[in-house]
Amino acid sequence: MENWEPKIATFLCNWCSYGAADLAGVSRFQYPPNFRIIRLPCSARVSPKFVLSAFRHGADGVWISGCHPGDCHYLEGNYYARRKFALLKGLLEHIGLEAGRLHFSWISSAEATKFVDVANRVAKEVEAMGPARFFIKSRAEVA
Amino acid sequence: MLKYTEKIVETAKRLLAEEKVDVFIGYQKGTVPMMNEPLLVNHPDKADTLYWDNFCGLNLCNYLTKRTDKIGIIANGCNSRNMATHIIENQIKRDQLYIVGIPCEGMIDHRAVVRAVKNREILNIVQEGSTFVVKGKDFEETFEKQKFLQSNCAVCRHRNPVLYDEMLGDPLEEQTDVNPYGDIEKIEEMDSEKKQGFFQRLISRCIRCYACRNSCPLCYCPTCFVDESEPQWVGKSIDPTDTLTFHFLRAYHCAGRCTDCGACERVCPMGISMRQFTKKLNKDTEELFSWEAGLDPEKRPPLDVYRPDDYNDFIK
Ligand code: SF4
Ligand code: SF4
Ligand code: SF4
Ligand code: FES
Repeated sequence: MENWEPKIATFLCNWCSYGAADLAGVSRFQYPPNFRIIRLPCSARVSPKFVLSAFRHGADGVWISGCHPGDCHYLEGNYYARRKFALLKGLLEHIGLEAGRLHFSWISSAEATKFVDVANRVAKEVEAMGPARFFIKSRAEVA
Repeated sequence: MLKYTEKIVETAKRLLAEEKVDVFIGYQKGTVPMMNEPLLVNHPDKADTLYWDNFCGLNLCNYLTKRTDKIGIIANGCNSRNMATHIIENQIKRDQLYIVGIPCEGMIDHRAVVRAVKNREILNIVQEGSTFVVKGKDFEETFEKQKFLQSNCAVCRHRNPVLYDEMLGDPLEEQTDVNPYGDIEKIEEMDSEKKQGFFQRLISRCIRCYACRNSCPLCYCPTCFVDESEPQWVGKSIDPTDTLTFHFLRAYHCAGRCTDCGACERVCPMGISMRQFTKKLNKDTEELFSWEAGLDPEKRPPLDVYRPDDYNDFIK
């Protein structure tokens, strides 16, 4: 446990937050190495199943980031997504997921500094939670 | 109650005889006490077994999905709201339905009755006004209905049908001084660890029979996520994580749609209160999006619309 580092499943919209991560990279900005980035066409592509699946397979945190409201490449995907996310977060925390494990943000492709800032905050909050156990299966996987 | 039975039989006969409907959907007395079953009648001569009392807790909308004929159907408050939801979701057309409304006094919790007679075998139950008499081999006890209502009925705010073509009784006064979310508020006050414990205990007896899903009119997917493979979203074992995943996703699929009719809880062979999941979503959709399911068939449901100024505080 001493060398434990949180694993954070990170779902980034291709048109904004993914670009921001890219820009942060080429700009040589430093941010924690805990993120396992999954590129999606839009924040609305995120299904609650992805989030549960991430936790079930050992993610200590999940971070979802899309375009700012009004800037979605598909015009309104993130508006619909926001409603789904609000209910998802509410229900997950209702059944006992700690509030520091699931994060959302709006980051445009020009906001490399915001990306780094949010990445730092997310990593810190998830780290403070310690290893996630809640959704991890105690028995071996059977079909 | 019995007065409704007579009226239902009469109405069904009339509608079928006049060929206003091809089928009439209602309830009949179950083979064991307290377990009224759905009944589909297609001829006036068969309508005599239709029945109504405070044990009609199953949701009849299950039998509407994707039908193409003209249907006469009984609706109390929650069933009528599920009809509205079915109309919104294109599972049935409004003009296919002839809705026979019943102002609902609430359904009796069959488990509470069994507990009250200390698990002795119940042979018959007779309802008389605001009381009911439970008869067994060597006992007979009288109880007050009001004290034995299902937990969803006790806090119901829509006892009168929201949609009907004909009403069989005068509308009841709606309860306004009830807090439908008292149990949810109690859970919300717990810390994460307590919540985890609460829900793990709640579902620990679940045998994954899926009766809760099957009894719910919202669950009409041709392939349910529990049966999907590649990817398999939820394991099929009764490992606590698999069971929790099942309950989580089933509830989430009912977001903005659940009318808190209580059918899922009523049918559970293990007596699990899985409404503790769905009710949280009902509460959140009401608080965040001012939405209660099934009140208006013309209105789009909350996850099908948005407002630019929706709740955003949780997003960085
Ligand atoms: S639980 Fe979900 S996937 Fe399964 S039938 Fe219900 S709505 Fe469909
Ligand atoms: S989830 Fe339960 S209470 Fe809600 S509509 Fe379905 S059967 Fe009724
Ligand atoms: S009806 Fe009860 S036992 Fe069956 S799957 Fe639902 S909660 Fe589990
Ligand atoms: S395209 Fe980025 S959130 Fe929709």
